Amino acid sequence: MIDKFHTSAADALGHVEDGSTVLIGGFGAVGQPLALIDGLIENGARDLTIVANNAGVGREGLARLLELRRVRKVICSFPRSSDPVVFEELYNAGLLELEIVPQGTLAERMRAAGAGIPAFFTPTAVGTALAGGKETRTIDGREHVLEYALKADIALVEAWQADRWGNLTYRRSGRNFNPVMATAAERTIVQTQHMVGLGALDPEAIVTPGVFVDAVIHVPYGDPPTF
Amino acid sequence: MTLHTHIQSLTRSAIAARIACDIEEGWCVNLGIGIPTLVANVLPQDREIVLHSENGILGMGPAPAQDSIDPWLVNAGKEFVTLLDGGAFISQSDSFVVVRGGHLDLCVLGAFEVAANGDIANWTTSLASSAPAVGGAMDLAAGARRIWVAMEHLTRKGTSRLTRDCSMPITAAGVVSRIYTSHALLEPCGDHFQVIESLSGLSCEALQAITDAPLVFGEAWRGATYGDK
Repeated sequence: MIDKFHTSAADALGHVEDGSTVLIGGFGAVGQPLALIDGLIENGARDLTIVANNAGVGREGLARLLELRRVRKVICSFPRSSDPVVFEELYNAGLLELEIVPQGTLAERMRAAGAGIPAFFTPTAVGTALAGGKETRTIDGREHVLEYALKADIALVEAWQADRWGNLTYRRSGRNFNPVMATAAERTIVQTQHMVGLGALDPEAIVTPGVFVDAVIHVPYGDPPTF
Repeated sequence: MTLHTHIQSLTRSAIAARIACDIEEGWCVNLGIGIPTLVANVLPQDREIVLHSENGILGMGPAPAQDSIDPWLVNAGKEFVTLLDGGAFISQSDSFVVVRGGHLDLCVLGAFEVAANGDIANWTTSLASSAPAVGGAMDLAAGARRIWVAMEHLTRKGTSRLTRDCSMPITAAGVVSRIYTSHALLEPCGDHFQVIESLSGLSCEALQAITDAPLVFGEAWRGATYGDK
């Protein structure tokens, strides 16, 4: 029997190697796997490379992971957010590496990793500082930049519903980076608001099929904050 | 630089309203942060326009009333929004399939500067400052079928945002097709801007005096009609 449900974040995460690359879903306060980030904090792994759209808000979640100095490098598109206090402190002190990637290129680098495509050419960022030093090629008369797949060790994902095979649905804009991150890591760990029985999800409505998922925990926390 | 002060330039919401007049029925449109966001509030009621948000929304609707906020529904600016009938949620990957794949008819962006060759600078004022943040700006600027810019004609210090060359780091090269400023509607034409409409009461000389690149008032010029719509 396939049963990917675990009873705790620690159990679901298992051993996380120092130096791991970790993908963290979410956009703003919506669709963030906060319980799994807390689990990663408890886990104690250090020297992490974190891939996320933003670089943490306030002092919770990713910001707390940064504050505890577990992170060597952040790869993101928009490090600034409403309250990026911890990120700013560490970055300005030279204690954090930062790689800025255009949002669509960030998504496509993970899609490529999940799809077994090692690199791709994109028109995004041609002629800008973010294409500096990168290989370019003119295709159909237009210049493109070579970007490499972004493969990770672990993806932390937040879902709305999950069954024991790890089939997932998401809620509204909580979908964001979660489905693409689920495909791009060696191990994909999910926290879900709702556990449902096998067969309860409409096969037409499953966004992430369980083949991309390794472990699931049930975290029914309700709604994201609306401040 | 005082030439413009005695005439009534367009407010930010008036610029947004002028842009909304030119958005066509059936277009899929992304609205950037700043003045472009205001366009969503003044879209023509008689046209169906599909708004896209980078974080994965197609068919985005206006802001909800304070008592009907859905905490799961935010736009790329992390503001609460609604979904129209016919709207859809898509992943981040599919969202940028829409952007790069030529499926966006229009993206309206704010900008610090636009050059006569169509270069746009809108993501960071300097690479030397604290961590620059790009978000989806470069994907949108490179991917949408049309890039229109909405911005004040002048900076707060009174210098021209329309330039011969961008002095700030560019977001994309040669992509801007129209600029709606507080003073005029213009098109980049390589080494100059072609004026399409200029503000009522503003002479050609006065508009040139506040613009840091050559202006051409040619056959495309509709006269001092900007803001009349």
